[in-house]
Amino acid sequence: MTRKDYQVYVGMASCGIASGADLVFEKLVEAVSPSIAVEPTGCLGICFCEPLVEVRSLSGQRYLYGNVTEDKLTRIINEHLLNNQVVQELLVPYPQQVRFALQNCGLINPEDLHSYIEVNGYSGLRKALASSPEAVINEIKIAGLRGRGGAGFPTHLKWSLARQSLVQPKYVICNADEGDPGAFMDRSILESDPHSVLEGILIAGYAIGAEQGFIYVRAEYPLAIQRLRLAIQQAMDYNLLGKQILGTDFNFDIQIREGAGAFVCGEETALLMSIEGQRGMPRFRPPYPVDKGLFDCPTVINNVETLANVPRIMEKGAAVFNQYGTKQSTGTKVFALTGDVKHSGLVEIPMGTTINELVFEIGGGISTGGQFKAIQTGGPSGGCIPAELGATPVDYESLAEIGAIMGSGGLLVMDDATCMVNVAQYFLSFASAESCGKCTFCRIGTQKMLEILNKITAGQGELQDLETLEELGKKVAAGSMCGLGQTAPNPLLTTLKYFRPEYEAHILEKRCPAKQCQALIDYQIDSELCRSCGLCKQACPVNAITGSRQEAYQINQSVCIRCGLCVSSCKFAAILISAGEVAS
Amino acid sequence: MERIDQIVKKHQQTISPTIPILQEIQAIYGYVAPEFLVRVAELIDVPLSTLYGVVTFYTQFRLEPLGKNHIQVCHGTACHLRGADQVFHAIEYESQTSAGEFSVEKVACLGCCSLAPVANVNGKIHGNLTADQARKLVKKLKS
Ligand SMILES: Cc1cc2nc3c(=O)[nH]c(=O)nc-3n(C[C@H](O)[C@H](O)[C@H](O)COP(=O)(O)O)c2cc1C
Ligand code: FES
Repeated sequence: MTRKDYQVYVGMASCGIASGADLVFEKLVEAVSPSIAVEPTGCLGICFCEPLVEVRSLSGQRYLYGNVTEDKLTRIINEHLLNNQVVQELLVPYPQQVRFALQNCGLINPEDLHSYIEVNGYSGLRKALASSPEAVINEIKIAGLRGRGGAGFPTHLKWSLARQSLVQPKYVICNADEGDPGAFMDRSILESDPHSVLEGILIAGYAIGAEQGFIYVRAEYPLAIQRLRLAIQQAMDYNLLGKQILGTDFNFDIQIREGAGAFVCGEETALLMSIEGQRGMPRFRPPYPVDKGLFDCPTVINNVETLANVPRIMEKGAAVFNQYGTKQSTGTKVFALTGDVKHSGLVEIPMGTTINELVFEIGGGISTGGQFKAIQTGGPSGGCIPAELGATPVDYESLAEIGAIMGSGGLLVMDDATCMVNVAQYFLSFASAESCGKCTFCRIGTQKMLEILNKITAGQGELQDLETLEELGKKVAAGSMCGLGQTAPNPLLTTLKYFRPEYEAHILEKRCPAKQCQALIDYQIDSELCRSCGLCKQACPVNAITGSRQEAYQINQSVCIRCGLCVSSCKFAAILISAGEVAS
Repeated sequence: MERIDQIVKKHQQTISPTIPILQEIQAIYGYVAPEFLVRVAELIDVPLSTLYGVVTFYTQFRLEPLGKNHIQVCHGTACHLRGADQVFHAIEYESQTSAGEFSVEKVACLGCCSLAPVANVNGKIHGNLTADQARKLVKKLKS
């Protein structure tokens, strides 16, 4: 058994591991190592068919196996690895996407510096160090790179402002707080290709004249933190970090700071407070961090994806980047495509791709059998876009025009069983819980809006509430100090704009058309479908279900708390939900 | 307390060490006991009230110890949409009979949204959960 002509890679980012990739990895090692090399790799983005195993032949052929269970793995080992027979029926197609920022994700071993160097890693830094800082900034300017953290601010402008400042020291901070609940672009990049982010920080540091960098990363991402630590150590060992990097006069160090679970700390001024060891509360801008940032020194704060683009731009040239995208939004953008979509996962698309293309071509359409109803961009700061506007191109300007935002890359697809009032309520409860409490509009305003929404979903709303909500939303957006409050009303305002009849049904008819709002629905057992197995009775935490194997099971509506546990316990789909009047 | 002194010493070189120190204490003890805070305040010469301010601002920090089993139910957007509430209910009901053994909390996105709904049970992520499976998971831990 000497088959040196294969290499096997297992997708070992968080979602892969959660799907059992660690076991697959162990089994493979046991079965074929060391005659065949088995290596971990990062995220290929097709999270819906994890665990993934890729077989690469020496001649450059690549075969991707998806949803690898134990049986399938045995076949892959016996037929492909040991007997050269590709197991055709288990192959899954590679994602058809442009891969620029994600170029190395799923290709290299994220725990091995050599694997990164093999694909031209750190050659962008070499090029940068061989030219002047001004030339580096100019290359980024020609590329047209804009911040991927949400606001889309031109990266070269930030850098040249910091460059011009005469104050020392200066700092570079990588914002890896990724607070949007429902987005994982930055996690995937950090777990799959940590050296790209380090290289981006180094290039930024060289460009502005800094010697110290920080990565502020969410504590909820333990694997990302672990791989970053390892990458920093490796970079130090190879003089890619530290003193006189690669034989030049450039010195640079990077420290990791773990976030401690506060969404607002993703906002740049709050993030600075947090690194300084204080409560993470935003402050007024100006002064901007490029003038007065960390410890009042000039500081450039960039998002993970922004920084991951930098080494590729330096290495390949600005023209390779800006051949993609639109005139004002160049390049590609990474999105976390989730919700009711078949191919949920990480996608990278050229700016200007339409929403319909994203949902139906890349996403493969709706997974639930329902209809495409809406898509939510930008998480708690973003807007809900109705299916009718599916022809809208995804770029900074077009999205802003219809009341949504690009955001950092969360894209949530919703089918027609989703209640839009519930969606607005969800995001507002998030915003009001995460409001740091410093400014009144945000603190009180988000709470007031949430109270009204709670009332409406409980079937106690009045028509007048809708006007109050609109008015409050506009005031909070105008009166808040930081982006959290300024954008928190977006989900509410866009759902009100595009889905008003749904709000009216809750108010006028006391009905939730999507059958989601607990106070407005009933659970009933369909006696024809029920096989009297009794599982629902066991599952009910409040003993609302009566009956026995002989007589029919029934739900006592006055006891039922509508938790839905019975529905998930029923093997025969015999428990139906009706969107009736307010259940009393 | 010696341990606390060591941790503080280790972070002496760190720029503004407060949060990293508290994080390491929590990583070791599972929570930051008030008496630890008093000691840290002394050592790094920061007012105790400031430390309390920090600990209460960030949701990560706990002033009380965790139960034997620690369950985080994701309430991020993708999980919310795919039934996180039901999963949470199931886990809460199943675990409430064994007081002190379980710490169940809601957290924002765990970063595995494609597997929604997701829960982190004692450090391992479980995806595509139904309420029924969630209950069974807790049941297993009880025995
Ligand atoms: C409430 C709030 C949360 C934010 N969260 C993040 C985040 O998690 N990650 C991020 O990169 N930027 C976040 N931002 C944007 C940052 O303030 C900042 O604009 C960004 O990090 C700049 O980097 P960029 O120019 O590379 O996009 C947030 C902003 C606000 C107002
Ligand atoms: S929303 Fe639950 S893992 Fe992201």
